[in-house]
Amino acid sequence: MAISTRITRRQMEMAIPWIVTIGIFVVWELVVVIGNIQSFVLPSPSAIAQAFVQFRGPIMGHAMFTLVNTLSGFGLGIVFGLLLGVAIGSSRLVYNGLYPVLIGFNSIPKVAIAPILVLWLGIGQAPAIATAFLICFFPIAVNVATGLATVEPEIEDVLRSLGASKLDILMKIGLPRSMPYFFASLKVAITLAFVGAVISETIASNEGIGFLMLQASSQFRIPLMFAGVVVIAVMGVVTYVFFAAIERRMTGWATRGQQGTQFATGS
Amino acid sequence: MTPFVELDRVSLRYGGDGGTLALDQTSLSLEQGEFAAVVGPSGCGKSSLMKLVTGLLPPTQGNIIVAGREVGGPLKIVGMAFQNPTMLPWRTTLRNVMLPLEIVQPHRSRLRQERAAYEARAKDLLRTVGLNGFEQKHPWMLSGGMQQRANLCRSLIHEPELLMLDEPFGALDAFTREELWQVMQDLWIERKFTCILVTHDLREAAFLADTIFVMSARPGRIIATHRVDLPRPRSLDDTYRPEFVSLVHAIRDQISQVRSEARAAEAGAPPVAKVA
Repeated sequence: MAISTRITRRQMEMAIPWIVTIGIFVVWELVVVIGNIQSFVLPSPSAIAQAFVQFRGPIMGHAMFTLVNTLSGFGLGIVFGLLLGVAIGSSRLVYNGLYPVLIGFNSIPKVAIAPILVLWLGIGQAPAIATAFLICFFPIAVNVATGLATVEPEIEDVLRSLGASKLDILMKIGLPRSMPYFFASLKVAITLAFVGAVISETIASNEGIGFLMLQASSQFRIPLMFAGVVVIAVMGVVTYVFFAAIERRMTGWATRGQQGTQFATGS
Repeated sequence: MTPFVELDRVSLRYGGDGGTLALDQTSLSLEQGEFAAVVGPSGCGKSSLMKLVTGLLPPTQGNIIVAGREVGGPLKIVGMAFQNPTMLPWRTTLRNVMLPLEIVQPHRSRLRQERAAYEARAKDLLRTVGLNGFEQKHPWMLSGGMQQRANLCRSLIHEPELLMLDEPFGALDAFTREELWQVMQDLWIERKFTCILVTHDLREAAFLADTIFVMSARPGRIIATHRVDLPRPRSLDDTYRPEFVSLVHAIRDQISQVRSEARAAEAGAPPVAKVA
């Protein structure tokens, strides 16, 4: 009895994201149909699906372009964010020096930077990658730095009294300790990278979902525009799930939660 | 015989000239293989003393000599264990215990080739503290007492000449604590490392130590030294014998006296004569 309820609960947990998502589309469809809303104001999901099927070739092409830009910027963001996070997290001086600059930089809306990047890098792929990179390295760096800052001073003392170098402490304790923070930040950063890439494509590109949406909008093909929105959302969710799965594999010890067996005290 | 650890009028002040004086003119010395306990009221600088001896902090004044050499930076022959077991949650218990071998020479360079031998050594040590069968468990699957056992193993695996213990049993329940006293005593009798135990448990100090140093309230100074001449191995029953009990009482009186003096000084009362 208890076991069967637990299984249904698990199945429920697996099914609920699908139910909610499909439910939203159903409600959306109903609102459009019942309210008799014109498709240039709000297209129904079925109209969006139709537009997707009709233009699937170009849409997928543009989606690939956006995906490549996003992942390239994201990759750069990981490398730079990790290095920066380690630098900030392991040296007070670097922390004090860079933090105000980083906060200031992160407060600038990246939409405002994209035109400058276009000026420097031309149009198309380069500014899209750069924008994706600039928007996504910050949470990675901050999270890695936070992870390093949470190392218990006692364990550091234990290692230092063994003659461990700063590098030893970083490799044996600092980095493993900050891995949960790092992976958590990847989930945020990948979705931000999409935002960055699409912003730049909207401003200056002849390719990509951002460009597609701008074109569709100027031609008043609202369902096609929404198809672009949905494609970005789907790519965002898929990459998120991918990194969430890696996170679970790599840092299972941090989310040990309830399933960990507790042994009795004493011998 | 020259002492193994010697502090000569050591003072420590935190935060520059106007900062807090944590230790004031502290002197003590230990023979090689001696088990010493440092007791005192809370905040008396016991933990500062540990950091000084291991070279993690430089003294503001005075000299510290360990193993015939003046301490100028973190020592490399030390094992340390704290009240918080600080096991690394991403490592198994066995790999946690083996952590020092990845740092300390010559083990560090040998570890890769002689992994099996080192693993056997770590498993042996885990067995002596009653943790056989838990090598592959992660520390968060272990109880607090078991984690502290593993912590002791980690502090001893590289066979340090000096073991520093900072209230390692402080967070445990009374039964587990007394059990670990015996484990600690057995390990010490077997290996005869020099050990400094910082604690505020006077029975623990009297049970484990050869010498007990009593510290005053902040700024800390050694105000009394007691030899514990009870034969070894000591059993828990020994802790109820009159000479043990009277020793614990004597130390307790000294500490409560320095505490009330400290309180009086804080309240602005005229200074009371210091205990010699």
